[in-house]
Amino acid sequence: MQNRIGPWRHALSRLLQALALVTGTFLAASALAASASAGTLIVQSTTSTRNSGLYDHILPAFEKDTGIKVKVVAVGTGQALKNAARCDGDVLVVHARPDEEAFVAKGYGIRRHPLMHNDFVIVGPKDDPADVRHARSAAEALTRIARTRAPFVSRGDESGTHKKEKALWKAAGIDPTAASGSWYREAGAGMGATLNMAAGMGAYTLSDRGTWLAFNNRGDLALLFSGDPALYNPYGLIIVNPAHCPNVNLKDAQAFRDWLLSEKGQKLIAAYRVNGEQLFFPDALPQKDGEAEKKDK
Amino acid sequence: MAASFYRDLAEIVALSLEVSLGAVALAALLAIPLGAVLALGRFWGRGALVLLVNAAMGLPPVVVGLGLYLLFSRAGPLGPLGLLYTPTAMIIAQTILVIPIIASFTRETIEGLAAEYGDMLAVLRAGFGQRLATLLAEARPALLTAILAGLGRALSEVGAVMIVGGNIAHYTRVMTTAITLETSKGNLALAMALGGILLALALGLNLAVGLFRERMRERAHA
Repeated sequence: MQNRIGPWRHALSRLLQALALVTGTFLAASALAASASAGTLIVQSTTSTRNSGLYDHILPAFEKDTGIKVKVVAVGTGQALKNAARCDGDVLVVHARPDEEAFVAKGYGIRRHPLMHNDFVIVGPKDDPADVRHARSAAEALTRIARTRAPFVSRGDESGTHKKEKALWKAAGIDPTAASGSWYREAGAGMGATLNMAAGMGAYTLSDRGTWLAFNNRGDLALLFSGDPALYNPYGLIIVNPAHCPNVNLKDAQAFRDWLLSEKGQKLIAAYRVNGEQLFFPDALPQKDGEAEKKDK
Repeated sequence: MAASFYRDLAEIVALSLEVSLGAVALAALLAIPLGAVLALGRFWGRGALVLLVNAAMGLPPVVVGLGLYLLFSRAGPLGPLGLLYTPTAMIIAQTILVIPIIASFTRETIEGLAAEYGDMLAVLRAGFGQRLATLLAEARPALLTAILAGLGRALSEVGAVMIVGGNIAHYTRVMTTAITLETSKGNLALAMALGGILLALALGLNLAVGLFRERMRERAHA
């Protein structure tokens, strides 16, 4: 028996050695690759800026100007803030101002810079059973939806849009979660997936204008309500604080911030259009952005 | 648009293949010996380990992704390796998902073959190593099927690579995460077309392995 186990043990230990070697080399190589990745920047971002195509429009110019490679991880604003708090990113581009300010106050971020804005819109089925079209405010539009118990799809994912939606319900004095599962449907999904769902079930939903304009599966959905100042949607840029996260690529993050807030970056943002419509309005340009906003209405 | 579209597509297909084939190769390297040990070894806890490996075939990819995210996050224990949002992390995630499939298939096959050839090998007074080598050689066609099943799991998986890879354009975007992204943009036709390409890819790989297996059988019986 002993002489049978002998060679088997020997073979097994050789195999294990080989595996250890392979795994070790593999990990060492990837660690090396990671340390050699200076000059790359991880941006934790909201989804609307990616899904609308904004990054495809501006990042090639930035990479050409600076030689810095930008990697965008687009998740909801809530998740982006959490990922950044765990140091898994260098820069944040998000849209939930109170949360952004809290992020900076906790020392996770250096400072919030106003980057750009657009607005939220209420979309829904063209025949508009809740008559949202004739509401005088966003709160009234939501009140009409709740009163008629027309289906409404909520993001339900703690994204910037979801946070805004919750604030709007609160302003209307309605707790829609009491109707969760009936007319109020919490998707727990990104903006695009939520729009797909709303289109599929003829429901209302709140969307940022950028994602809505770039969205290609509208079906029977139409933009029914916009223009209330309560629907203002500002995007902020925050560099993750190196005091909290020593791994932050501060130099490139600053270059990214300075470039985006520069006249060139801001003009590129303003120049981005889908089907002739401007999606984002720069907030760091000293003048002239008021004109662009008027055209929007 | 056309030229850059096809370049992007080629890039995404190439990364899908690189990640999934890499993961399956790594998984096979680990799982075939594991399956063989589970089939032939007689040690304490073997039954529990077999059960565990079988159950792990049903691991939800998103849970594997989340676990690895916590591990690879900068705030996590392996943060300093800088593996989060890299193709390497994606390979590791898929390797974990594929190992149980290949290991289970291997164990099942070797156990069956051991029952079939056990007497003969005992008569020949074959040692453990010889028995293992004989059985593995006999199991080759079945192991290829196991590897294909693993490849299917890897190529179709989206939950794990989405979390640990981050779906970064030109870096960690693969077929499945691209399909998710295009769906969320409402580009359903494009998403469906990408799905078709993924299917064609799987078909091609299965065809190639199938032909290879036929030739292997023919040689074995020649």
